[in-house]
Amino acid sequence: MQRVGVFVCWCGSNIAGTVDVQAVSEALKSEPGVVFSANYQYMCSQAGQDMIKEAVKEHNLTGIVVCSCSPRMHEATFRKTAAAAGINPYMVEIANIREQCSWVHKDIATGTEKAIILGKAAIAKVNLNTPLTPGESPVTKRALVIGGGIAGIQTALDIADAGFPVDIVETKPTIGGKMAQLDKTFPTLDCAACILTPKMVDVAQNEKIRIFSYSEVSEIKGFVGNFDVTIKKNARYVKEDICTGCGACVEKCPMKKVPNEFNLGMDNRSAIYIPFAQAVPKVATIDPNACNMLKNGKCGLCARVCTAGAIDYTQKDEYINEKYGAIVVATGFNPISMDKFDEFAYNQSKDVITSLEFERLTNAAGPTAGHLERPSDGKSPKTIVFVQCVGSRCDACAEKGKEYCSKICCMYTAKHAMLTRDKYPDTEVYVFYIDVRTPGKNFDEFYRRAVEEYGVKYVKGMVGKVTPEGDKLKVQASDLIANKQLHIDADLVVLAAAIEPDKSARPLATMLTASMDTNDFFTEAHPKLRPVESPTAGVFLSGACQGPKDIPETVSQAGAAASKVIGLLAKDKLTGNPCVAHSNELMCNGCSSCEKVCAYGAITYENKEFRMPDRTTKIRRVAVVNPAVCQGCGACTVACPSGAMDLNGFASNQIMAEVDAICK
Amino acid sequence: MQTITKQQLLDKADSLLANGTVTAVLGWSKGEFGYDVTPKMFTTKEDLEQNFVWNDFCGVNFSKYLVSKTDRFEGKILVFLKPCDTYSFNQLLTEHRFDREKVYAVGIPCEGMVDVSKLKAATGDGISEIKEDGDNLLVTTIYEDEPATVPCRDVLLERCINCKSKKHVAYDELLGDEGEIIDSARFDEVAQIEAMTPDERFAFWQNELSRCIRCNACRDACPACTCEKCVFDNPNSGVENKAPANSFEEKMFHIIRAYHVAGRCTDCGECSRVCPQNIPLHLLNRKFIKDINEFYGEYQAGAEVGSRAPLVDYTTDDLEPGEVFDRRDMDA
Repeated sequence: MQRVGVFVCWCGSNIAGTVDVQAVSEALKSEPGVVFSANYQYMCSQAGQDMIKEAVKEHNLTGIVVCSCSPRMHEATFRKTAAAAGINPYMVEIANIREQCSWVHKDIATGTEKAIILGKAAIAKVNLNTPLTPGESPVTKRALVIGGGIAGIQTALDIADAGFPVDIVETKPTIGGKMAQLDKTFPTLDCAACILTPKMVDVAQNEKIRIFSYSEVSEIKGFVGNFDVTIKKNARYVKEDICTGCGACVEKCPMKKVPNEFNLGMDNRSAIYIPFAQAVPKVATIDPNACNMLKNGKCGLCARVCTAGAIDYTQKDEYINEKYGAIVVATGFNPISMDKFDEFAYNQSKDVITSLEFERLTNAAGPTAGHLERPSDGKSPKTIVFVQCVGSRCDACAEKGKEYCSKICCMYTAKHAMLTRDKYPDTEVYVFYIDVRTPGKNFDEFYRRAVEEYGVKYVKGMVGKVTPEGDKLKVQASDLIANKQLHIDADLVVLAAAIEPDKSARPLATMLTASMDTNDFFTEAHPKLRPVESPTAGVFLSGACQGPKDIPETVSQAGAAASKVIGLLAKDKLTGNPCVAHSNELMCNGCSSCEKVCAYGAITYENKEFRMPDRTTKIRRVAVVNPAVCQGCGACTVACPSGAMDLNGFASNQIMAEVDAICK
Repeated sequence: MQTITKQQLLDKADSLLANGTVTAVLGWSKGEFGYDVTPKMFTTKEDLEQNFVWNDFCGVNFSKYLVSKTDRFEGKILVFLKPCDTYSFNQLLTEHRFDREKVYAVGIPCEGMVDVSKLKAATGDGISEIKEDGDNLLVTTIYEDEPATVPCRDVLLERCINCKSKKHVAYDELLGDEGEIIDSARFDEVAQIEAMTPDERFAFWQNELSRCIRCNACRDACPACTCEKCVFDNPNSGVENKAPANSFEEKMFHIIRAYHVAGRCTDCGECSRVCPQNIPLHLLNRKFIKDINEFYGEYQAGAEVGSRAPLVDYTTDDLEPGEVFDRRDMDA
C-alpha cells in the first residue's frame, strides 16, 4: 500500500475563490492510502515545495497528489520536488482543480464537490503508480527550417550563427517569401528589399546553411532529436549548380504569356523564369505547365542559348533523406481569396485590388516600375478608397472571412495611404475602418502622421458596395460618426484582405503530429510561457504560421525559435519520456493491430519461445516496443484486442481506478 | 440439397492423404444426433470412411480450429472451407494467427446450412432421424410415426438466408463451381433497429440479452476471439466465467465483445449459430460493419490477407468525430 500525501493549492484566490480548499484537504484525508493532507496558498512556491519535502520525510510518503493547476503548468515542478525529496518523480499525480474546476465553476459548493472528486481520482491512480525511469536518446545536431520567408531566414541565420548546420526547405524557386514582394515597411518606411536581400545573400553564403528551393517536405518520421525527413526536390529542369542566373534563357524564351506569380498575376513572365532580380538561389526554373519543350518536345531554345549548359529537360523529382534534431515551421501566410466578397466587385473590376497587389503596383521592381497606375487603363488614380478588415473580424456565423484580426492591415493601409499622398499629393485617399489598431512601437505616431500631416481621410464605417460604372467605381459606404451614407466615385479600391495560414500548413501539421487551431494556425505549447514551441517536442514555430504577425514581431519570434533550437541541439543526449507503451508478451498474440496504428513506427515483432503449462515450448510472434521511438500516445493500447499493450504511467488499471473513483 | 456430395469430399481427402500432400483432414464427424455435427481431425482413410459427414448441418467454420490444430503440428492439414469460412481464414492470416504453409485449403460450394432451432420449431422436439430428400428434409420424431417433410429453405440459418458471398476468397484448390459475392439484405434488420426510438431499442436488446446464460459459446466459436488469454478466463479480471448479476452486466458482456471484434468481424455468423438461447448476436457485429462501411467506405474484413481495417488505419480523409456525432443526432 502506498503512503500518499495530498497537497491542496489555493493558487491565491484562483482556486480558493471557488473551492473550499480546507474542506477538500479534510475530505481527502480519509481516502485509501492517504496518510497526510494539507493545503497551502501557493504550492508551487519555494515554501510550498518545502512543505511537500518535509511531509515526505516526516510521514514516509511514497506517493504525492497535488490538487492544483493543469499538469501542463506545474507537473514538472512537482516532479522535481518529489525527486529532491527522494521519491521517484513519477509517483506524483496532479488533480487539476483550477482549469477544470475553479475556473469553470461559479458556485463554491459545486466547485468543492468536484475538486474532491478529482482529488479522489488522482489518489486512486497514485495508489497504482509504479516508479518509472526515463531512457536517453542521442540528438542529431542539424535543424530543418520549413519555409524560406523572413521568419525562416532569420531562424536559419541565428541557428547557423551558433554553429549548427541548418537546411531551409522552400516551395518557391527562391527564398524571400512575402517580404520580398513588399515595397516599404512600416513604421520606418525603409525599403523591404534593402533590408531583406542582404539577409538572403547571408543565407546563400553561409556555409552552415543549405537551401532546398522549389522543394517540399514529403515525409517526416522519428521524434525530437531524431527526425527522419524526406525532402522532395521538384524538377526545375535546370541544373542548380551550373546555372549562373545570367537570364539569357529568360530573354529568349518564346513562351512569354505566363501569369507572373511574383507580381500576383498583374504582368507576365516567360516559361523559364527567375522570380526576381535578387532571387536566392539565382537560378532559372522551367514551368512544366507552360514550357513547350516539356509539353510537346518542340522548342529547346533555352538549352541552345545557355552557355553554361545548365538546361536539363530530363530532370526528375529528387528525394533527399536527412536526419534532423529539431524542426522549425515557418510556413507563413497568404491573403485570403476575395471570391466570396462579391460586394467589393473584386472579380468584376481590375481596379479593385488587394493590398498585396497594391504593394506590387507601388514597388519599383513591380509591373509598373513603381508608378501608381490603374490596372485597367494605366491611368493615374485620383480617388483611392482603402477598405479595412475585408474578411477579418467576421462574425463567427458568417460563411466567409475569419473571426480573428489580421493585425497587420491597419498599419500597412496607413502606410499605403501616406505614401500615396506623399508621392501624388493631388490624390484623394479614403480609408474605411472598424477601428484603427496601432499597438506597437511608433505605430500610433505613424498612423497619426498619415491623418494629420498627410491628410488621409479616415472614415469610421464599412463599405457596403462597390459597383463598376464606366471607368469609375461607385463606392457606397456609411460614415458612422457623421451618421450618413457616403457615395464616392473612386478610381481604385484597395481591399485589406485578411491573412490566413499557408495551405501547406495543414498537411505538414499532420506529418509533424503538431496541433493546430480551427483557423489552421499552429498552436504553441503555452500561449504565454512557451510561445515558439509546438506541443510536439522538437517542433518550433516561427512567424505567421503561429498567428498574424508583422515583420518586427516575426523577426523576434524567429530569433526566439532559433534560441530554443540551439538549446536543444547543444545537448548531447535527451532524457526520454518513461511513459511509453509496453507489451505483455504472455497476452500478446502478434495480430499486428498495434503496429498498424502506431504513428511513430515504434512497434516491431519478434518470434519468442514460450514455456507452456504442459512443459513443452512454443514459439510465438509477439510485439516489441522501442521505448526511444514510442511517444506514449496510447493508440496501441486501445487498438490491442487482447489487452496486452499498456502504457507506463497511464495503465488501463490506473485509468479504470480513476473512473471508478469518479463514479463511486 | 448440397450440390457437392460427401463422396467427392471423401475422394479428395483420400487422394491428398494418399499422395502425402496432407497428413490430417479437418472435417465434420457424426455427433450424438443426426443434426449434431462435430469437428474432427481425421488421419486415416478408415476413419474418414466411417465417421466423415457432409450434410445440411455442417455449419461449423473450421478457420478458428486451425489456430490450435496447426500449433506445433508436423505436416499439413486439409481443411474444407465454405465460402463464408474463407473470410475468417483470411482474417486470421492477417492477424498472423496460424501458419499458412501448414494448411491445404479446399474451397467447397455451399447451398446454405440448416438452423436446428428452426427445424425443431417446425417439427417439435425429440428428433430421432433426419433424411435428405431433394430440397426437403424428412424428419422423424419420437412422438410421430410418419416423418414430417420440411423444405430446407424454410429452416435455413439466418446467415445463409442473407448469404453475403458464394465466392471463396482463399483456397489452394476449389471443388465445384465458383460463385459470386452477393448483394444481400443483411443490413436490413440493423436498419430497422436503428429506426427504433432509443426506448424501443433498449427494450429490444433487453429482451434479447436477458436470455444470456454466459455459457461463452459465442466467444468460443468466434474466429475473431483468439486472444492468448481471454479476459473472461482471467481470474484476476473479476469477470471470469461470471453469470450476469444484473441487466447491466448482461448487456455489457455482448456489447464489449462486439467492440472487441469490431473491424475484424467477417460476419461469419458463428456467434448466433451456436447461441443456445438464440440471441441474434450477429446484429451487434453487423451494426459495427454497417457503421464502418458508412463512415469509411465499404470494408469487408477477410476479403484479402493483410488489408488495413479502417479502425486501425488513419488517413487524412477520415471523418472527424464531430461528424459521427452529428449523424447520431439524425438517427435519434
